[in-house]
Amino acid sequence: MNDRAQPTLKRVTNESGLEVQPFYTAADVAASGGDAMIGQPGEFPFTRGIHREMYRKQPWTMRQYAGFGNPADTNQRFKYLIANGQTGLNVAFDLPTQIGLDSDDPLAQGEIGRVGMSVDTLRDFEIAFDGIDLDKITVSMTINGAAAIAIAMYLAMAEKRGYDVKKLRGTAQNDILKEFIGRGTWIFPVEPSIKLVGDTIEYCAEHAPKYSPVSVCGYHIRESGATPAEEMAYAFCIARAYADEVIARGLHVDEFAGRLSYNFNIFGNLFEQVCKFRAGRSLWAKIMKEEYKAEKPGSMWLRMIAAGGGGGLTFEQPELNIVRGAYYALISALSGTQTMALCSYDEAYTIPTEYSARISLRTMQILIAEMGLTETVDPLGGSYYVETMTNQMRDKMEEIIAETDAQGGIVKLVSEGAIQAKVSAQAYKMQRDIESGAFPKVGVNCYRNDQEDEHKVDFHPYDEDDARVQIESLNRVRAERDADRVAHTLAGVGEAARAGANVMPAIVEAVKAYASVGEITQELVKVFGRYQEPIRF
Amino acid sequence: MNDTAQRRIRVLLAKPGLDGHDQGAKVVARAMMDAGFEVIYTGLRQTPEQVSRIALDEDVDVIALSSMAGSHLPFCRKLKPLLEANGLGDKLWMIGGNLPAQDHDALRELGFKGIFPTGSKLDAIAAYIRESIRESIRENAA
Repeated sequence: MNDRAQPTLKRVTNESGLEVQPFYTAADVAASGGDAMIGQPGEFPFTRGIHREMYRKQPWTMRQYAGFGNPADTNQRFKYLIANGQTGLNVAFDLPTQIGLDSDDPLAQGEIGRVGMSVDTLRDFEIAFDGIDLDKITVSMTINGAAAIAIAMYLAMAEKRGYDVKKLRGTAQNDILKEFIGRGTWIFPVEPSIKLVGDTIEYCAEHAPKYSPVSVCGYHIRESGATPAEEMAYAFCIARAYADEVIARGLHVDEFAGRLSYNFNIFGNLFEQVCKFRAGRSLWAKIMKEEYKAEKPGSMWLRMIAAGGGGGLTFEQPELNIVRGAYYALISALSGTQTMALCSYDEAYTIPTEYSARISLRTMQILIAEMGLTETVDPLGGSYYVETMTNQMRDKMEEIIAETDAQGGIVKLVSEGAIQAKVSAQAYKMQRDIESGAFPKVGVNCYRNDQEDEHKVDFHPYDEDDARVQIESLNRVRAERDADRVAHTLAGVGEAARAGANVMPAIVEAVKAYASVGEITQELVKVFGRYQEPIRF
Repeated sequence: MNDTAQRRIRVLLAKPGLDGHDQGAKVVARAMMDAGFEVIYTGLRQTPEQVSRIALDEDVDVIALSSMAGSHLPFCRKLKPLLEANGLGDKLWMIGGNLPAQDHDALRELGFKGIFPTGSKLDAIAAYIRESIRESIRENAA
């Protein structure tokens, strides 16, 4: 308790559980650990940013999440966004693709192309990226359970088009542990799922060393109810689990850690978020250096994408989400992110329309062109408040990591459903706090417009015909491909899995033969089985 | 059956289709438990056949779906005849989640009386269930 705090002032505690004082001085910075971890941008421990010049040299990559319908529809949206100044692509896949089902699977009916583009075979990747220069626009793919197949398809597509896979950049989300916590696009049980992530890291380290095979996703853990400090701490625990898996195979940390990246969330208190990122950067650098004995600075970098935060958007008064999005982008810029994928105002309802996606893109462009956000690195650095809170957030994250380790580690806790139960209990408490007004939410529990029809938004329309078009396309590919080669390569996937070998080379061969997402997944399911979620309250 | 007056209200909470966004479903499950109901939560990726079978096996009073990814109408169209074939037409059918206003009439016509889009209050959901079950007991008694 700060002795300067007036007893009459209301106590303020941030979501991570840290008390916010009415004001801060140099004495608070000193009491919280001083300036030992601040450093300079581009230098260990990277609190102020992983590069010396940051946005002065190059603004953040603008990478809106996009994809719907069949690959041809998505290709058009990609080109539209690029024409409007977007600098990276972030592919949304439909749910059947994400969980390894072909479009003609009975379970896929009603879901094809709905929340992302549908992909069955390599042909779909060829269509989706047709006319897009993969050297100029890097591609990030939001896929987890079926990530190994999507990575194989991306690399095969690029190679077919004449790109040198050794130089190819791009990212796959491929963070299965957070899928067990939130979002739910798992396929296989926990242990083989982690092995698959290890296979992709190992394969890319050798064959596509510039490609980022994993983007550890605190984002969805936060959306599921974690606090900002937990979001970052659990993400680090997950990244360590993947690193341990790969190191156990004999790789040195510096052979792969430089390609690990992160995806974080933004909604909530501006200063808490900024401090979360500053603290997280220095903590990850410390973990990599001290615990993993990394030597290359790149292995210690917390490379990240941030600016989403759909969880903060409201169904009520959707136009207020444009304002929230602008603040999210501001927070991201102040936090020193490498990439932004800014949520669109209609994302509380459905996937963005062209119009809403363009507003998000323009929001980021305004920050760059008009607001001076790219002129200097870490502009909040040196603030008594920000430095104190950064130190306190770092301590908090270390405490959560130590607690997780003491309870048996993140893999055990996720397998048992313990993390899921914890964050969902917190989500419930937050919902109660919003409903009671204890946690203010504009347009929801204060400043409501009860007279208006609050739910009027032009939605992205779903085209029922997409499913038919996609299934026809899949059938054409099946008829045209070399059936013997498909059978042979699929058998190779099963053999590799049974042998406990890295399955990536076999998946790449199967993909090149135009084996489908569903066929390859089936081969793996035969060996790995399917996940059964533990339901705990 | 008139034993609902004596026993706790049993609610089946199902996640239909392939969508894995279950934070809302879990929040509602907790709220319904706090409201004194018995909650059977199915977990993710339930088919219409599974939902109707669990509803029958568990002898529930309420069949509630949580849908976030837009596939609620095709799912409910498949579920309706299965529920009816299983003799569950007199149970309270509800749905919550990401449900655009223009779909509400179609859902109501399919028999989903309780529609609670994102932004609905937890206490309102519990109150609706309690009141609807009470009403159906009155109707059965009459």
